[in-house]
Amino acid sequence: MRRQIEGSQAVAAAVALCRPEVISAYPISPQTHIVEGLSDLVRTGELAPCEYLMVESEFAALSAAIGASAAGARAYTATASQGLLYMAEALYNASGLGLPIVMTVANRAIGAPINIWNDHSDSMSQRDSGWLQLYAETNQEALDLHIQAFKLAEEVSLPVMVCMDGFILTHAFESVDIPTQDQVDAYLPRFEPRQVLDPADPVSIGAMVGPEAFTEVKYLMHAAQMQALDVIPEVSAEFAQAFGRNSGGLIRPYRSADAETIVVALGSVLGTIEDVVDELREQGMKVGAVGIKTFRPYPLEEVREALGHARRIVVLEKAFAVGLGGIVGQNVRLALSGLPAPVYDVVAGLGGRPITKQSLHTLLDDVLNDRLEPGRLTFLDIDWNLVGRELQRTREKRRSGPHAENILRDIGVVAAGPN
Amino acid sequence: MPHQQIKFYQVGSFVAGNRLLRPDERSVQARMERSNTLTSGHRACQGCGEALGARYALDAAMRATGGQLVAANATGCLEVFSTPYPESSWQLPWLHSLFGNAPAVASGIAAALKAKGRTEVRVIGQGGDGGTLDIGFACLSGMFERNDDVLFICYDNEAYMNTGVQRSSATPPAARTANTKPVGPEPGNVFGQGKNAPLIAMAHEIPYVATATVAELRDLEAKIERAMEFRGARYVHVFVPCPLGWGSASKDTIKIARLAKETGLFPVFEAEHGEVVSVSKIRRRVPVEEYLRAQKRFAHLFKDPPQTDVIERIQAGADRNIRRFGLLPDEPDETGELMRLLAETDRGPQ
Repeated sequence: MRRQIEGSQAVAAAVALCRPEVISAYPISPQTHIVEGLSDLVRTGELAPCEYLMVESEFAALSAAIGASAAGARAYTATASQGLLYMAEALYNASGLGLPIVMTVANRAIGAPINIWNDHSDSMSQRDSGWLQLYAETNQEALDLHIQAFKLAEEVSLPVMVCMDGFILTHAFESVDIPTQDQVDAYLPRFEPRQVLDPADPVSIGAMVGPEAFTEVKYLMHAAQMQALDVIPEVSAEFAQAFGRNSGGLIRPYRSADAETIVVALGSVLGTIEDVVDELREQGMKVGAVGIKTFRPYPLEEVREALGHARRIVVLEKAFAVGLGGIVGQNVRLALSGLPAPVYDVVAGLGGRPITKQSLHTLLDDVLNDRLEPGRLTFLDIDWNLVGRELQRTREKRRSGPHAENILRDIGVVAAGPN
Repeated sequence: MPHQQIKFYQVGSFVAGNRLLRPDERSVQARMERSNTLTSGHRACQGCGEALGARYALDAAMRATGGQLVAANATGCLEVFSTPYPESSWQLPWLHSLFGNAPAVASGIAAALKAKGRTEVRVIGQGGDGGTLDIGFACLSGMFERNDDVLFICYDNEAYMNTGVQRSSATPPAARTANTKPVGPEPGNVFGQGKNAPLIAMAHEIPYVATATVAELRDLEAKIERAMEFRGARYVHVFVPCPLGWGSASKDTIKIARLAKETGLFPVFEAEHGEVVSVSKIRRRVPVEEYLRAQKRFAHLFKDPPQTDVIERIQAGADRNIRRFGLLPDEPDETGELMRLLAETDRGPQ
């Protein structure tokens, strides 16, 4: 049924259709509307049997999901930003134990400075936690990916993060098609755990493993992720067959087959990028885009195949490795190793800064006219004047004060003081 | 003619031997059908109080639930000595996740069982004092506050033994640990408030809170069995001496646990819904010095000259517990109690 609803409500509906048996969550913007929606569904009995645990932290939220999943229940949680970091230890534990938990990450910046708006620094920081990472471009895709995520997680027995841009998707009202319970039931089989805490057949889960077997256990995690590279396209194809639309998969090329310049990105910004691609195509420029839908496992071969022919590649990403450069950029370079095409790392949209078509046109104009240096990190729409003033202050005065407050004062966001 | 000293099972402890009890009052451990939940072959140190406490507690819980039991374990000695790869001493479904999340993991298991309609399967969370009172404290309080159907057992050996005897919030004042060495102007651990976990648990007004020691194992079993009669959050805090960390003789684990109770340093009581309902009275009051002298972690108090002021402060703490919990018997009736037990058994003393 097609409904005009908020992205969070669409995700709550999708999760409920997957019949989770335990939901545990702790509130953090911009994830709140998802778990509030689920709380309503559990309280009214529309989602039953399901236990909803309102826990005291994100660490507890994922820990309760770990216990529930190990007890054989389909378990779900959601978080963002600081919450994801607070879960970090449990993230590695869930993946290390091979528990197929599904979690929404409503992507949000990480402080300091504290910021509630969207970027990808939260999920990118946990890219090596052993969780599969799927990135939604639209609210419809966010909804669809959750249904696929349970199937995928349970098939490979690894946890899955469905990443959707905070506010941009979670709080946006769009028309989405919500499948019926029968459709989802037909697509998603009952959860049959590989391991379960059962008094009839007692097992120890989470025993200590020393050097004699640690490598092997870790290799098996890696092998399961590699297996997911095959399972993800299958799950996506089955979804297309059952629901009549394409969602998810490993990568999604857009007018890139003959493109000389390809923009690579993850998440909702792909919509804006595709509009810019269309406009540049109208001007006769051979520009395309490639969306990475699955960042972990990383589809190395598919990325190489999709980008290998391009003359230049622009990686637009909403996070970066401080002290080094682009994260997605590094991964793209790895896929392209041995090929001559330059890769431009562009950091954009940090802490919710809008990525506009105009900025992307300017960026691509710079790229096409060799005004950018490949291999050097570019910060889209950065205000060098503000940066310069603050650097000047730090040179002039030992106790120059906190960066964030100084810059806010410069732009007049806080009351001007004598500094 | 070789001379063999005769030892009786009554060793002045006032703990009645099993053979003096009616069969249905006997220890779970004394029964053929005991489940050996934490079975032999694990790698705990000789004289480990935690291994003893866990064995009795879990076997009692297994008996109370007819074997329908699942355990979530915090990281720590108990986890490490029981599951060195590829072995496991656990004969019940057992999950170790992290150091600080055992109560939350247990909550998740209980929620899963409830959703699946399998509420006959009960859930135990367990850990040491570090995993319970320090790193796991938020999860523990959350589990209590939600009144999740979990019994959490803390085996309190008063420091981080697994990492090499560092101070925890359960380490007593003046005790030597690896990071509160007897050096400097105030040797040993600081005199602070510490954390009184049983009282904090009671403040959540959860259905059941109890303390026990490995000196009175029948009492521990009874409390675990009582705990399993309730639904909701329950907490049992077991005092378990650690010969390695405390510098005590392996053979003295039970004795030291008994002295902790008999000095008043460790009050043994149970509470229901936030109210104390019973207190184990001190049988024969002893000064704290007797308890402290048995452990090398307090040896610096007895050097020449002894730190009498510190010993007095520790004694004052014990005295406060005695007043606060009413630990002294109203009138000593030890003989009467023994006679009652003897009269109740048809076999009499053997």
